[in-house]
Amino acid sequence: MTQQHTRIMAVWGMVLSLAAAGRAQDPAQRGLAIAQEAERRYHGYGDFTASLTMILRNGQGQESRRTMHIQDLEVQGDGDKSLCLFDSPADIKNTALLTAAHKTGDDDQWLYLPALKRVKRIASSNKSGSFVGSEFAYEDIASQELERYTYRLLREEAVDGNDSFVVDRVPMNGRNSGYTRQEVWIDKVEYRTLKVEYYDRKNALLKTLTVTGYTRYRDRFWRPGRMTMVNHQTGKGTDLIWSDYRFGAGLKDSDFLKDNLERMR
Amino acid sequence: MKGLIPCTLVVWACGAIPCTAADTGTTQISGYVSAEARDFFYDPSFTDQDRSNASVAAQPEYYHRWENGSSLTFVPFGRVDSADRERTHADIRELNYDYVHPEFELRVGIGKVFWGATEFVHLVDIVNQTDWVEHIDGEDKLGQPMVEFAKAGAWGKIDVFILPYFRERTFPGLKGRLRPSLPIDTDHPIFRSPDKNNQLDLAARYSRTLGSCDFGVYFFKGTDRDPLLYSTTNDQGKPVLRPFYQMIDQFGLDMQWPRGNWLWKLEALYRKGYFEGYFATTGGVEYTLVNVARTGTDLGLVFEYAYDERRELATTPYKNDAMFGLRISPKDAASTQILMGYIQDVDDSSKVAILEASRRLGDHWKLSLNVWTFIDLAPSNLYYSLRNDDFARLQLAYYF
Repeated sequence: MTQQHTRIMAVWGMVLSLAAAGRAQDPAQRGLAIAQEAERRYHGYGDFTASLTMILRNGQGQESRRTMHIQDLEVQGDGDKSLCLFDSPADIKNTALLTAAHKTGDDDQWLYLPALKRVKRIASSNKSGSFVGSEFAYEDIASQELERYTYRLLREEAVDGNDSFVVDRVPMNGRNSGYTRQEVWIDKVEYRTLKVEYYDRKNALLKTLTVTGYTRYRDRFWRPGRMTMVNHQTGKGTDLIWSDYRFGAGLKDSDFLKDNLERMR
Repeated sequence: MKGLIPCTLVVWACGAIPCTAADTGTTQISGYVSAEARDFFYDPSFTDQDRSNASVAAQPEYYHRWENGSSLTFVPFGRVDSADRERTHADIRELNYDYVHPEFELRVGIGKVFWGATEFVHLVDIVNQTDWVEHIDGEDKLGQPMVEFAKAGAWGKIDVFILPYFRERTFPGLKGRLRPSLPIDTDHPIFRSPDKNNQLDLAARYSRTLGSCDFGVYFFKGTDRDPLLYSTTNDQGKPVLRPFYQMIDQFGLDMQWPRGNWLWKLEALYRKGYFEGYFATTGGVEYTLVNVARTGTDLGLVFEYAYDERRELATTPYKNDAMFGLRISPKDAASTQILMGYIQDVDDSSKVAILEASRRLGDHWKLSLNVWTFIDLAPSNLYYSLRNDDFARLQLAYYF
């Protein structure tokens, strides 16, 4: 197929999915179409690197901070590969968490412990556990594979002046999730996630995520500057502050080998 | 001070570093300094031993990476101990140049390599000698001079090691606790190899992830890191134990296989040397309970077993032993971790109970507590001489 053909097909795909998002009347179909469109717009970046500062806040307002570097590589036909490399606190410096996400089945995950030079495998089936002591669970920060949820459009309303779809998202494998469902606010213009409400196993509101400071990279990819998670049941909160996004950093499969984790620093 | 590598080797390692003064890159300086107090709960079994000891240690780390991806790492280590002269020691944990080519990787200098999967016994880990005087969990290692060639691809990874200098194991001195009944004459080891420390050892390993299973197999030919302690007398006619380092051929295997919330682990080896060849294995499973009762705490349940075909002749106390572990991770901002372990000898009454706990204080400090208790040790147990050496070790470290 020529390049022109491919481009035409891509445009048609976009038109069709937009049409589907707009016209289908069944809430489940519309919810899925919105999620598909959001995913389509999120992807296609190839790879990126970014810096991440995590601010943990306890109920009394005391703060502690972690800094890390993120590397992410898209994989054709499968979930992303990502590497999280800790810079601080100093005692966990150069600790690395490598994740190969999969569209179906469990992700593969390895933890590199620099003091022992040891790569430990992580049994990562259940993703409801906290990510390094924060209010973000692994499933909140993991690559949001479309196939892992069922969707339903609930209503349309504005968040901070952005007209949004409110989509109900239910994990397919409830046993390995901490939530019965999530309500996701996706803006109608750019299909960015602006807000998520997480409902616990008793269907009580557990956490709210607000996503702000979106910047557009390479004229196409919207990425957040700040993600604020508040736990309503404990009063604790975590901010993720993203910076130094670099798309097309030229990452390769070999940058995500467990055997190379020692060199990632 | 003992255990420093001969200077020639260091110079040789440094000589491999290309002159790249004009190149830019990244430099990291990190590491820790720590103070430690160790208290033994019972009076010592042997005269000269102390009831407690205090100690300070430091391990700074210099790392530089050039723009081409190659890097230089330097990690010296030193400890000063109030009670045991042998525990006052220094070592170069790492001093190596890592050359990264798109097709392969070459590391030259003093390095550290870990092979293995299980939590309690590190059976197949062989490249680096154990710095036993540091801690009896065997996780502290001496820097090993090496040339490592590595090549990785979709088919897995091959590592070839040339190990040109052998490091002897460190042992507590006469005044140190956690030692055998007879003093160990570390100044007069016996080598099977005529080249002694200069024996050239070799290792090659192939590792791969197949499906979700990580495994590695290796062959090692060289000086056994595990000395046999040979009972004899020294020049003054006093009874001592002399470390005997035999030459061995060893095949090793390690494996980690996650299935749902279960993580299966296996290590096995076959070793043939001066004595009859033997087989040893350790393995088990870790089950993780995530966010128990919505407390945010993760619980890890560990069950492992260790077997050594030599049984009573084994150089390890873990010859037919079952191990149970409970790992508690409250997932708090201080990264609190508690690991409780219990080892039961299947053949006799001997038991060991272990507690490892740590938490961060502020951004730079870390407090760790380590407790080992030896219970009902049978006279035939290799650790029998440690029967009164139950101890608690409190360590405060500053990381930078």
